[in-house]
Amino acid sequence: MTLFFKKDLNKSEAYAAFRQTEARLRRAKNMRTIIFVAVFILALWASAHVGEVDIPEFIEGLPSFFNYFQQTLPEIDAPTFREDISDWYWGIDKWLLFLWDTVLIAFLATLFGFISAFMLCFAASRNLNKNYWTYFVCRRILEIARSVPELVYALIFVFSFGIGPFPGVLAIAIHSCGALGKLFSEVNENVDLGATEGVMASGGNWFQMIRYAVVPQVFPNFMSYTLLRFEINVRAASVVGFVGAGGIGQELMTSIRQFLYTDVSAIVLMLVCAVAIIDVSCEKIRHRIIGQEVLV
Amino acid sequence: MSQQLTVNEITQIRRQYPAIFDRPLKQRLVQCLIWAAFTAFAIYCLVQLGFFNFGMIKSGLGKLYGVVSFMLPPAAKGRFLAFLWAIFETLGMAFLGTLLAALLAVPMGFLGSKNVIGNPVFHFGLRRIFDFLRGIDALIWALVWINVVGLGPFAGILAIACSVSGELAKLFSEAIENVDRKPIDGVRASGANTVQTMRYAILPQVFPVILSTSLYYFESNTRSATILGIVGAGGIGLQLADRIRVLAWDQASLIIIMILVTVYLIDNLSNKIRHHFIKAQEIN
Repeated sequence: MTLFFKKDLNKSEAYAAFRQTEARLRRAKNMRTIIFVAVFILALWASAHVGEVDIPEFIEGLPSFFNYFQQTLPEIDAPTFREDISDWYWGIDKWLLFLWDTVLIAFLATLFGFISAFMLCFAASRNLNKNYWTYFVCRRILEIARSVPELVYALIFVFSFGIGPFPGVLAIAIHSCGALGKLFSEVNENVDLGATEGVMASGGNWFQMIRYAVVPQVFPNFMSYTLLRFEINVRAASVVGFVGAGGIGQELMTSIRQFLYTDVSAIVLMLVCAVAIIDVSCEKIRHRIIGQEVLV
Repeated sequence: MSQQLTVNEITQIRRQYPAIFDRPLKQRLVQCLIWAAFTAFAIYCLVQLGFFNFGMIKSGLGKLYGVVSFMLPPAAKGRFLAFLWAIFETLGMAFLGTLLAALLAVPMGFLGSKNVIGNPVFHFGLRRIFDFLRGIDALIWALVWINVVGLGPFAGILAIACSVSGELAKLFSEAIENVDRKPIDGVRASGANTVQTMRYAILPQVFPVILSTSLYYFESNTRSATILGIVGAGGIGLQLADRIRVLAWDQASLIIIMILVTVYLIDNLSNKIRHHFIKAQEIN
């Protein structure tokens, strides 16, 4: 029975056509794989070339990397534990002050970013703004604000305003404005339009429509995104100091450049802990906000 | 026909929803106090961070105006090819950094997932190591690696690899913890050892996730690679910092535009590739 079927199939034209198609698809698939692998190897080779990857030098330098880490670790002995710790964190007062500055930079930048994003986002939502030109302009402003990295803004502002936290706040605020504005306008584009029509029908103008129909719907989401942005901005605020824009980054940069090894580990540890604490507490608040929104 | 509420109806509605029309005094006071505290804190921030230093702001705005007017129009001054080369260097840094991070993160992810290694102490410790790796910003890693391998793009590659491997390892181990249990049981039942179980039961399930996550991180690493150079780790950021140092603002603005175009192109390309993978996944 099976034999008969096989013989029959082998002869049939349908089977031949099937085999042919299969072979063609297989060839195409193999071809794709070969092309993919070739492109991958080419990309690998090219990036290794432009990236100045030097394996022997790297292997030679690897012990010095571990040395570096060893040197950053403080000497802590059990009998002199307290003294060793206070020796390691000799600059704790100064560093805590810089860390506090970093948090303030992040806070103020988030606040400014929120205010400016809030002002732009309604005009940058297709469903709320029927005027094409204001829509287009607001969209482009937000796009430019968020595509340029904070550090680039910081470089320019540090040159103009001098070293200090002020240019750092401006740089992060502009970037946050772009990032938040995009997220906000996406939230706006999903609002229920029934409420806006209701306000318009009862004689409200555009601003009243936004205030009484849109804002109540979108505000919990806005707050949640803003808190998330605050977390990101704390990280950003800790690195804008590298170009002179205030906060703990400036101190860290100095200690790395001057090879003050144990200071580096002390500051980095403080920074990682502070960021983790802020992340966890912001996450708690965000869950509460979102939870309320679901319940109401 | 127009409907008008009578005075009676309005008072009735007011009585029905006291929470909206007459909120208790205490509630209103608390809200006022919260707002006052928030405003006071914001003003304290403004003072602390030098926002009332009007002399500095005024002279700074003047300087900023000068910078912006020097920036326009952008000009290459014969350095376009050097900038283009730096862009490729940046892409190379992002590519190799991501590749290295993914290669490191796959075994780390397997070790860090509960269903592969059950020991809770080991799991907790490894997870904290991941947190530490990704808690340190790529820029800080770059500064450290510059001390080890010297200035240049190689330090940038290693910096990206370090900070992103922690993040990828966390994501991969979460993906591995969420795999379907049945294929694992099936492969085990037919006599496979641990490594074979990973290869034939877990890897096929998580491989698409690994691929698309890595691709997404390539995109985000392109962004971070552009700024790593500002602290000396090669790529277009190095050129940008250098041009700003010699106050060649027109070239600096050209570099910024080139960064924007590159990031835009990479975003679109990786989106396309990811959609392609997802589609292929659905068909299979």
